[in-house]
Amino acid sequence: MMISLKLALRNLLGAGLRTWLNVFVLSFSYVMIIWHRGFLDGWNKQARFDTINWEIGGGQYWHSEYDPYDPFTLTDSHSAIPDNLKSAVDKGENAAILVSQATIYPEGRLQGVILKGINVNQSVIKIPTEKLKTDTEEIPVLIGTRMAGNNKLNIGDMVMIRWRDKNGTFDAAEGEIVGIFKTTVPKIDNGQMWIPIEKLQEMLQLPGETTILTVNKENKEIKQVEGWTFKGHDFLLSEMDEVIKTKKVGGSIFYFILLLLAMLAIFDTQILSIFRRQKEIGTYVALGMTRGQVISLFTVEGAMHSILAIGVAAVYGVPLLIWQAKIGFAMPAMADDYGLAITERIFPEYGAGLVIATILIVTITATIVSYMPARKIAKMNPTDAIKGKIQ
Amino acid sequence: MENSKIITITDMVKRFPMGKNEFTALNGINLSFTKGEFAGLVGPSGSGKTTLLNIVGSLDVPSDGKAEVLGHTINYLSHKKAAKLRNFHLGFIFQTFNLLPIYTVYENVEFPLLLLKKPAEERKKAIMDALDWVGLTDKVKSKPAQLSGGESQRVAIARAMVKKPEIVLADEPTANLDADNSFHILRTMENLNRELNTTFLFATHDDKVIRFLKRIIRLEDGKVVEDAKVKSKAVTN
Repeated sequence: MMISLKLALRNLLGAGLRTWLNVFVLSFSYVMIIWHRGFLDGWNKQARFDTINWEIGGGQYWHSEYDPYDPFTLTDSHSAIPDNLKSAVDKGENAAILVSQATIYPEGRLQGVILKGINVNQSVIKIPTEKLKTDTEEIPVLIGTRMAGNNKLNIGDMVMIRWRDKNGTFDAAEGEIVGIFKTTVPKIDNGQMWIPIEKLQEMLQLPGETTILTVNKENKEIKQVEGWTFKGHDFLLSEMDEVIKTKKVGGSIFYFILLLLAMLAIFDTQILSIFRRQKEIGTYVALGMTRGQVISLFTVEGAMHSILAIGVAAVYGVPLLIWQAKIGFAMPAMADDYGLAITERIFPEYGAGLVIATILIVTITATIVSYMPARKIAKMNPTDAIKGKIQ
Repeated sequence: MENSKIITITDMVKRFPMGKNEFTALNGINLSFTKGEFAGLVGPSGSGKTTLLNIVGSLDVPSDGKAEVLGHTINYLSHKKAAKLRNFHLGFIFQTFNLLPIYTVYENVEFPLLLLKKPAEERKKAIMDALDWVGLTDKVKSKPAQLSGGESQRVAIARAMVKKPEIVLADEPTANLDADNSFHILRTMENLNRELNTTFLFATHDDKVIRFLKRIIRLEDGKVVEDAKVKSKAVTN
């Protein structure tokens, strides 16, 4: 094997430009695959971080009837804050959120929204609920920039809000936009209006009741509360994980095409080599190499493209990837449409596992692709090969 | 070992498929060679010289009969054993030199020693000795493309001789060389035959080579028609 390695390296370096072209294409595959995977991992990490900070904290207790995908459950998915969690809510360590449907009429249009009442003293999630502590006689309303933009609402604007109380009776009142917050998490922004929980409880005639209890992210203690279900990060972030997973699968097609191009180059080189280097193959056999050794030599030669590519990729890829990890990748304004938390810049994350896995995949693929045409050597007649006769 | 038979060929036949029929390249060959011979298979194209050389070199096998080289019966050698025989005991010299084009002269000569897994120091000494025999110590870093035909064949001789094989098989070694170069090449091989007692077996129809031979085996249509020991007629060119 050592002889194969030594001779293969000698042959590859001797082949000059042909080798380096293949090596460059392969190195490009390495860098692109690592960059793209790193970008998705960075995005995933940032999205998880922001979602935890802005929306789910250390997890949420959901009222047993609550189903965020079924608005019909909202009328029944509330009850009094459980006693064993109440003190934490009073201290602002848990954020109580009461959820209801409503309709607003911005500029005479009709728009369905989700009204969320939240305790204004909470410090669990980053929504700036302290802005809701105002003296306004209207309903103080806090919204995100997406909601503000979609409905052309600014701070100080009034908007008519209509809702139904617990008995199904319609009521309406003016709301005043007291704050607009900017967040990377669209789920707490799009179509959502945040008001003080006491106000919403009063509007719905549900004093002391809540739908969700978001716990502090430092809180590791999960309590069993009757009528409530605790949803941890695994559950609450599963959708996001699925989206990232889907994007990774989509990315795999991109990797496949990249790898295919690189492997085609190697395969082509191998096929050409075996035709053009028949005399050389015959000479190897005449000088005492077994056919297995010649096959091994050609396979190692092909596979070694991927080893040389690691070196080349390191030369230009490492500085490039480090630079990207430092300055991040600017996301376009429309990126919000992904439905995931996306910052203006995503900072790629490259783990050792990612790099090792990429190297292994490329090297193994290159070895297989190199071996396939090399098997033809076993069927060659050495006496014809010595003369360079095409077989 | 002196005068012992190192190659014995008995009733050997070699047939090649040709369409639906077969072509008999060698027919009823009986030959033997002793250590240190400087012999040649002589005959026109198609007479079976190269086929016989290939069988002795364990690159091919007889269809019938038996070929024994250094105690190994070629008929029954596996690919691996045949490779081992070539690796340890046989040297090849080809008409078209067959140097590895991207290797330097040094690396070309080093190749058989790498296969023998000789240590670096031993390799270096053997390579320089071999290049010294053929007078090419100043060309170690040259590539085959930078060499003349004569120089290339001298490198091929050095490559064949570097491992000091028992037998060197030379297939038309001077066919691509002018008279002057042919003479020097043959003189080199003659010296190596004398100094190292290496057996040389040529396949040739070149008079320049025939003049150097000490045994001439004439082949015609795959049969031995003459086998004669002669006195070398080589003279200073």
